[in-house]
Amino acid sequence: MRRTPILAVALAATSALALSACGGGGGFSSNSATQNSKSGPVKLTMMIGSSGDAETAAVKEATSAWAKKTGNTVEVIAASDLGQQLGQAFASSSPPDLFYTDASKIGTYAKAGNLFAYGDQVKDAGFVDSLVQSFTYDGKFYCAPKDSSTLGLQINTDLWKKAGLTDADIPKDWAGLETVAKKLTSGNVTGLVIGNDINRSGAFMKQAGGWVVTDGKMSADAAGNLQGLQEVQKMMKDGSLKFNTQTKPAAGWGGEAFGKGLAAMTIEGNWIAGGMKDFPNIKYKTVELPAGPAGKGTLTFTNCWGIAAKSPNQAQAVELVKSLITPEQQMKFADAFGVMPSTTEGLKQFGEKYPDSKAFVDGAAYGQGPVNLAGLDEVIGKFNSQLGTMTGTSGDPKAWLSDLQKNGTAALAG
Amino acid sequence: MRRTTPGGKGIRGREGIAGWLFVSPMIIILGLFLVIPVVMALWVSLTNWNGSVNPFQGGPGAQFVGVRNYTDLFAKDGLTRSNFMQSIGNTFWYVLFVVPLQTALALGLALLVNTKMLKAKGFFRTAFYFPSVTSSIAISTVFLFLFSSTGAVNALLGAIGLGQPNWFSDSRGLVHLLLGAVGVDNPSWAQGEVLGRTLWDWFSGPSVALTVIIFLVVWTTSGTFMLMFIAALQDLPVEVDEAAALDGTSGWQKLRHVTIPMIRPTLFLVITLGLIGTWQVFDQIYVMGKGNPDGTTLTPAYLSYQQSFGNFKYGSGAAMAFVVFAIIVVLTRIQRWALSDKDERRPLLRRRKAVTR
Repeated sequence: MRRTPILAVALAATSALALSACGGGGGFSSNSATQNSKSGPVKLTMMIGSSGDAETAAVKEATSAWAKKTGNTVEVIAASDLGQQLGQAFASSSPPDLFYTDASKIGTYAKAGNLFAYGDQVKDAGFVDSLVQSFTYDGKFYCAPKDSSTLGLQINTDLWKKAGLTDADIPKDWAGLETVAKKLTSGNVTGLVIGNDINRSGAFMKQAGGWVVTDGKMSADAAGNLQGLQEVQKMMKDGSLKFNTQTKPAAGWGGEAFGKGLAAMTIEGNWIAGGMKDFPNIKYKTVELPAGPAGKGTLTFTNCWGIAAKSPNQAQAVELVKSLITPEQQMKFADAFGVMPSTTEGLKQFGEKYPDSKAFVDGAAYGQGPVNLAGLDEVIGKFNSQLGTMTGTSGDPKAWLSDLQKNGTAALAG
Repeated sequence: MRRTTPGGKGIRGREGIAGWLFVSPMIIILGLFLVIPVVMALWVSLTNWNGSVNPFQGGPGAQFVGVRNYTDLFAKDGLTRSNFMQSIGNTFWYVLFVVPLQTALALGLALLVNTKMLKAKGFFRTAFYFPSVTSSIAISTVFLFLFSSTGAVNALLGAIGLGQPNWFSDSRGLVHLLLGAVGVDNPSWAQGEVLGRTLWDWFSGPSVALTVIIFLVVWTTSGTFMLMFIAALQDLPVEVDEAAALDGTSGWQKLRHVTIPMIRPTLFLVITLGLIGTWQVFDQIYVMGKGNPDGTTLTPAYLSYQQSFGNFKYGSGAAMAFVVFAIIVVLTRIQRWALSDKDERRPLLRRRKAVTR
């Protein structure tokens, strides 16, 4: 009992402090209906999740050209962990004005009121339709697609020839894929090595006519999804397919296994070009993914230029974005670090300039964008965590998919 | 502290004010950086704050929801509960292995470097203490290499003809593996559900991936605790040792009946710090597992972080943190009761009686 006076005084003192601290926090505003705009030259902050120095330099060059022309200033920050840094920045009163936003995060960010929806101001830029869909949440087009990527099948041409295969053997369907993967598997080389999450196995689900979400509702229990995963597991059982974590030594991603010669084929996007710079001796080519029972299918990945709902400089930020999504500027980015443009016109130019990447460009027409509904992030995370443990003989894709369906439905219901 | 006389007058009347003046810097600092944030977090755990508005202003994005975040963790069927319960289960096994092992290892090392016969004590003390002062992130990264599928550990296992598990992608639990070895696999008696998980899942034991983290933590923390034990051992009076020797005790008897009872306060400290530290494990998880494989390296601390900064459910994340706080308090209470002297032991749940002089 003797302690009571001390505690009481401490509490009184601290609660007084707390009150004054809260009173001071007047910097909050979350109004995304009207556009915030300061007049005169402003300083914009842009946070990017950069793939490397080449990308950072290219973004800095493009933004400083705009800054020079308009008299504003732009500071580019390359985040080491974009998702985490953005999460913390949104909780503060002054997040960066512009930032890369992954399509899978759109729902989560939009629902939390972190994004300024300016899609209407840029919708005439000629974006690929599936990309616009990826950044549309709850009927609103939120932000301008920055780039696009699709998955293709990379083939190590030396190993291909060594196994006695020719251009005629390039797989057109699952049966063809199984055949060549088996032929290419020998010793420590696995026919096909893919990443261990839905971002790779999902292509098989799509090819079998399934997908996790259809029209804003969970459809993980659709038959195509199971069929796709069973195909992956079947090839695993044959020994002709492995996840990147299952090779010896384990690889960080499919491209690493491919570069180290542990895999004769892998499934990656156009970023593979950058990854393969570390392995200049590997000769390879990219073809379209083989079709499944329901036809062709691939996955599309994309980022957009997100603008913060709390930014005081939204008008200027939109102007900057407009300068970054012109086909000319997107081609400059493509030249600098290999990303594909997000507009139909840009993609056409890209396909002409880089014929090796034709398979990626073709995929854009039928690619499936990521799941972008709010609250599904952790549900997909749980599914990935289960999928990663799959081997040829263990793991129950059916149970995982029904978990996914159950958890996803609960998450969407709020 | 001495109570001032009722009138507050007299020769010592102003001492109280001076006292408050002297302690005020500490109270303000503690209040500002400890009490206020904790109270704020407690408030956040009662809201559905999404991180984009001021959590104290109410309205959309920061509504007061009462204890719903807490009840959801235990009663609402869904991913949040199943992840949280899995993380509690994982951490339970983790604590069950780490605390006894690190305490025993630390005591063993301390006894070892405290023997009079040992030469180069300084060297050994430094060597044993070294893992504790190295950055946990750096050590975790080193362990990633050691335990990779073609790493040093597997090379060693291969050389002596043992199996080479794929450590970080093996989600099978140790108890499941043991039971599997004697032919028990998911029997019908283990199908009952407790808090949304089957008994079979609760009793899985730490997964192979989590076992690696257990190794790592035991290895890194035992150095610090060794230091505490050494300090306690050096404080022991030599006469008692000699008396025990004269009475003809064996080494084990001396340890069991003389040394350990005398260092009981230190033992209490080490186990308490161990319990608190293990329930809050984060760094190693962040670097090594992030919950993979199959959620078997999820811990409440990591999940709380993920729920807050990844999913923008700050209320639910804060609630998890307070549940862990409650678990730690309860466990520490039980442990204090278990370690107290039998003669002085009070009932676990009743309030302590006022001590009469």
